Amino acid sequence: MDAQHLKDTTVEVTEENGPLTIRGLTVFYDQKPAVFSIDATFRKGRMTAIVGPNGAGKSTLLKAALGIVKPLSGSTSVFGAPLEHMRRRIAYVPQRASVDWDFPARVSDVVGMGLYSELGLLGRFTGAHGKRVTSCLARVGMEDFADRQIGQLSGGQQQRVFLARALAQDADLYLLDEPFAGVDAATERAIIDVLKALRDEGKTVVAVHHDLTTVPDYFDDVLILNVQKVSEGSVEDAFTQDALNKAYGGRLAMAEIDPVPITA
Amino acid sequence: MVFDALTFQLGYNATLVTVGAILLGVAAGVTGTFLFLRKRALVSDAIAHATLPGVGLAFIAMTALGLDGRALPGLLAGSAVSAFLGLLCVQWLVNRTRLTEDAAIGAVLSVFFSFGIVILTIIQTLPTGGQAGLEGFLLGSTAGMIFADASLIAVGGVIVVALVFVFRRPMTLLAFDPNYAETRGMRSDHIDLIMMALVLAITVVGLKIVGLIMIVALLIIPSATARLWSDRVDRVVLLAGAFGGLSAWVGAAVSASAPDLPTGPLIVLTAFALFALSMFFAPARGLISGFMRHRRFQRGVHIRQGLLSLAQGLPIYEPLTLRLLKEEGLARPDGVPTEAGRARAARAHWDEKRWEIARATPEHELAAARYDGLTRLEEVLTSDQIAEIDARIAPPEAAS
Amino acid sequence: MTGAEFVPFSLVPMLVGVLAAIACALPGNFLVLRRQALIGDAISHVVLPGIVVAFVVTGTIATWPMLIGSAVAALVAVALIEGISRFGRIEPGAAMGVTFTAMFAGGVLLLEQSDTSGVHLDVEHALFGNLESLIWLDATGWASLIDPAALSGLPEELIRISVVALVMALLLLLFWRPLALSTFDENFASTVGLPVRAIALGLVIAAAIAAVTAFDAVGSIIVIAMFICPPAAARLMTNRLGMQVVWSVAFATVSAVVGFVLAGYGPLWFGLENAVSAAGMIGTVSGVILVLAATFGPTRK
Repeated sequence: MDAQHLKDTTVEVTEENGPLTIRGLTVFYDQKPAVFSIDATFRKGRMTAIVGPNGAGKSTLLKAALGIVKPLSGSTSVFGAPLEHMRRRIAYVPQRASVDWDFPARVSDVVGMGLYSELGLLGRFTGAHGKRVTSCLARVGMEDFADRQIGQLSGGQQQRVFLARALAQDADLYLLDEPFAGVDAATERAIIDVLKALRDEGKTVVAVHHDLTTVPDYFDDVLILNVQKVSEGSVEDAFTQDALNKAYGGRLAMAEIDPVPITA
Repeated sequence: MVFDALTFQLGYNATLVTVGAILLGVAAGVTGTFLFLRKRALVSDAIAHATLPGVGLAFIAMTALGLDGRALPGLLAGSAVSAFLGLLCVQWLVNRTRLTEDAAIGAVLSVFFSFGIVILTIIQTLPTGGQAGLEGFLLGSTAGMIFADASLIAVGGVIVVALVFVFRRPMTLLAFDPNYAETRGMRSDHIDLIMMALVLAITVVGLKIVGLIMIVALLIIPSATARLWSDRVDRVVLLAGAFGGLSAWVGAAVSASAPDLPTGPLIVLTAFALFALSMFFAPARGLISGFMRHRRFQRGVHIRQGLLSLAQGLPIYEPLTLRLLKEEGLARPDGVPTEAGRARAARAHWDEKRWEIARATPEHELAAARYDGLTRLEEVLTSDQIAEIDARIAPPEAAS
Repeated sequence: MTGAEFVPFSLVPMLVGVLAAIACALPGNFLVLRRQALIGDAISHVVLPGIVVAFVVTGTIATWPMLIGSAVAALVAVALIEGISRFGRIEPGAAMGVTFTAMFAGGVLLLEQSDTSGVHLDVEHALFGNLESLIWLDATGWASLIDPAALSGLPEELIRISVVALVMALLLLLFWRPLALSTFDENFASTVGLPVRAIALGLVIAAAIAAVTAFDAVGSIIVIAMFICPPAAARLMTNRLGMQVVWSVAFATVSAVVGFVLAGYGPLWFGLENAVSAAGMIGTVSGVILVLAATFGPTRK
C-alpha cells in the first residue's frame, strides 16, 4: 500500500467520533493473516460495502471489530468510545449459516432476542415489546410468520428474521455479514429497501458483500480488501477498475461488473 | 519383575495376554485414528458401554441351556451382538430424528449400560449368579485367566490387526478426503460400517483386558497423541499404532509384575502419560513449541507492522509494537525511527510493495498464497521475477 | 401398599430419584442443544477418582470430603478437556475421551492400591449408586410427613438433592435469556455484551454440581442418562425451548417413578424374589421414553 494512494482516499472520511473507526487491525488464524494491519473509517449516514475475494478477511474484519474474534493487534472505536461502552448502539447480523436453525424457537422468539440489551436478565417482556417485535417483522415482510418454527423457513426468510432481530435492537450502527448470500430476489429487494430506509434515517450501515455488480446500486461507500486494505472511500472514488484488479488479482472479467470508470 | 514381564518371561498365560494386548493396542491405535479424523471418536464409547447387557444376557442364556455361564466365547459373542444393536440405535436416532450424534451416543451409552446393570442385578439373584464375576468386564481383569481365554485374546488380537491391515487404504482415503473417496466409487457409508465393525471387534477383544469403560481410551488416546506429532494422515496412523502397542505392552507387563496392579488402568495410564508428554514436548503441535512459535510470530508481526507504519510516517498506536521496536533499536521511545529503523522500514515497505504486485499478478498466484505478512518475497520468487516486479514498482517515467 | 410400608422404605428413594433426575435434566437441555451432551458422560466418569482421592486424603468416607473431591475432579476434568482441545487443537469429543478415561483409570488404580477393606467404597457403588438404601427410619406412615421429630431424621441425601434441584431451577430461570441467546447464536450474544465463555463455563459447572450431588445418591449411570435422555426426548415433543424444558422435567419424573417402581416390584411379578437395580431401571425407562418420542413425537424430524 503506498502512502500517496492511501491519502487520496481517506481525506474526508476521517472523523474522530465516527460510528466505526478501525486502527491497525490484524488477525491471524493459525499463523496465516486473515486481515493485516487495516485502518478504516466508516461514515455516519452512509451505506458501506466491504468487498474482496474469498478469504480476503471480510467477515473476520467485522468479527474482530466486534470483539467476536481476538485480534493480534489493533483497536476499534465506536462513536468515539471503546466498543464495550457502545454495544447498545450496535446491531449485528451474523452469517445465516453460523447458527443451528434446528434450535427450538419461533420467529418471534428470535426477533425478541434483539431486545435483550433492554430487557436484561429479568425485565418483563410487555405488550409494547411484543408490538415492537411485530412491527420489526412487518418491516421485513414477515409478520405472518411470527409463530413459525425457525427451522421451517427458507434461506431468504431466515435472513429476514435476522434483519428483524437487528431492527429490534434499535441501534445506530448496523453491521451485516453477507446479508444477501443465498437469498431469493424478493428478499434481496426487501433487505436493501430496509437498509436504505435506515440510512435515510441517519443510521450507519456496513455490510460484507460478495456481489460486485450490485455495489454501485446498493452502496454509498466501499472498502475493498484482500487481507490488506486496497481502497476505501465513496463508490465513485474507490470502486475503481484499478482497485478491483489489485484486490482480485486480475481474475475478474471486468466487463461483467460495470465499475466506475477510472478518472485521472 | 517388570523387566521379566516386558521381555515375556512371566509364564505362558501372562505372555499370551501381553501379546494379545499389544496387538489389540496397535489395532486400536490405527482404527482409532480413522474414528478421530472422522470426528466420531466417542461413537466407540457408545459401542463399548452397549456390550454390558449382551454379556449379562449371554450368561443367563448359557446357564439356562445348562452350559457354563462364564464361558468367555459365549460372553464375548453376546457382547458383540448387543454392541451392534447399540450402534444400530445410534444410527437410527440420528437418521430418524433431529437429534445430533452426540446426543444419540449419550442416550445409547447410558440406556444400554443401565439395562446392563439391571441384568447384572438379576444375575446376582440367580443361584449360579454369585460367582459369575461379570463385574470383571466393567474394569477388565486378567488375573487368574485360564489358558483358553488367554489364547482367545491373543488370537483376537491377530485377527483385528489383520482386519485393520486389509482395510487400511479405503479408511485412510475416507478419513483424509471423503468427497474424493466418493468420486472413486467408494461408498462412504460402507466404509464407515467397516470402521465401526472394526471398533466393535476391538471392543470385544479388549473387554476382558481393559474393561468396557476404559476400552475407548485405547481407541482415542493413541490417535490423539499421534496427532500432536504430525499433520500427515499416514504418519498419524502409524504413530497411533505404535503408541497403542507401546502403551499396551508397558501397561500389561507392569501389571503382570505385581498383584494389585490391574491391567486396564495401567494400559490407559501409560497411554495417557505418552499423551501428556507429547502435549508438552511434541515439536509439531506441542505446547512448548507452539508457545515459542507464537511468541516469535507475534513479535515478527508487530515489528513488521510497526516498520510499515514508520515507512509511511503513520503513528503507532499499539504499545506492544512500540516496545518491540524500541527493544530492537529501531525506534526511539517517542516513536521516531532510528537510523537502523529507517533502513529496515524502507526495506519492509519495498517488500510489501513487491508482494502487492505479486498478489495482483495471476501467474504468481501460487507463490502469492504464501503471503503471511512476514515472509519476504525474495524467499518465494526467483531473482528474475523479483527484478521484473521491481521494474513495475518504479515505472520508467519515474526513473527518467 | 400401606403408608406404613411406603413412607419409610419407598418415599425417600423415589423422591431422591425424581429430584436427581430433574437436577440433571435441567442443565441437560442446554448441553444437548449445544452439542455438549457428552460432557455429562465425562463428568460422571471422573467422579470416581474424585471420591477415591478424597478417601485417600482424609481416610474416611464422610460425605462432604467425597462431595468436594468429586466436585474438584469434575472441575479438573473440565479444565483438562478445554485445555487439550484448545492448546492441542484436538476436537472436543476426543479431548473428553482422553480426559475421562485417564482420570477414571487413575481412580481405579488408586482404589486397588489403597486399603479400602472395611469401608464401603467400590466401583460398582459409584456406578450404580444405592438408591434403595435411602430409607427413612423415623417414619411410621403418612403422618410422619407432618411430624417434626420424624422429619429431622430424613436422610441428608434428600435434603442435599432438594437444595441442588431447587438451585438448578432458580439458576435456569434467572439466566434463561442469556442461556437461550448464547446457545442459539453465540456470535450475536457476544455483540450484545454477554460473556459467552463465562456462560458456557457456568453451564458446565452447574452440570458438574448437579452430577456430583446426584451421583452421591443415585450413582453415575443415572446421571448420564438424565443429562441426555429426557432433554433429547423432550426436543422431539416440541419446537419451543420453554416447553422442551417442561417436557424434560416431566420425562425425568416419570422415568424416576416408573423406574423405581419397576425395580422394586417388577421382579415380583415375574416370580423373582429380589429387586433389581433401581438406578439401572430408571435409566432403562428413560431410554424407553426416548424410543417412544423418537417414534411418535410430533417434532421428531
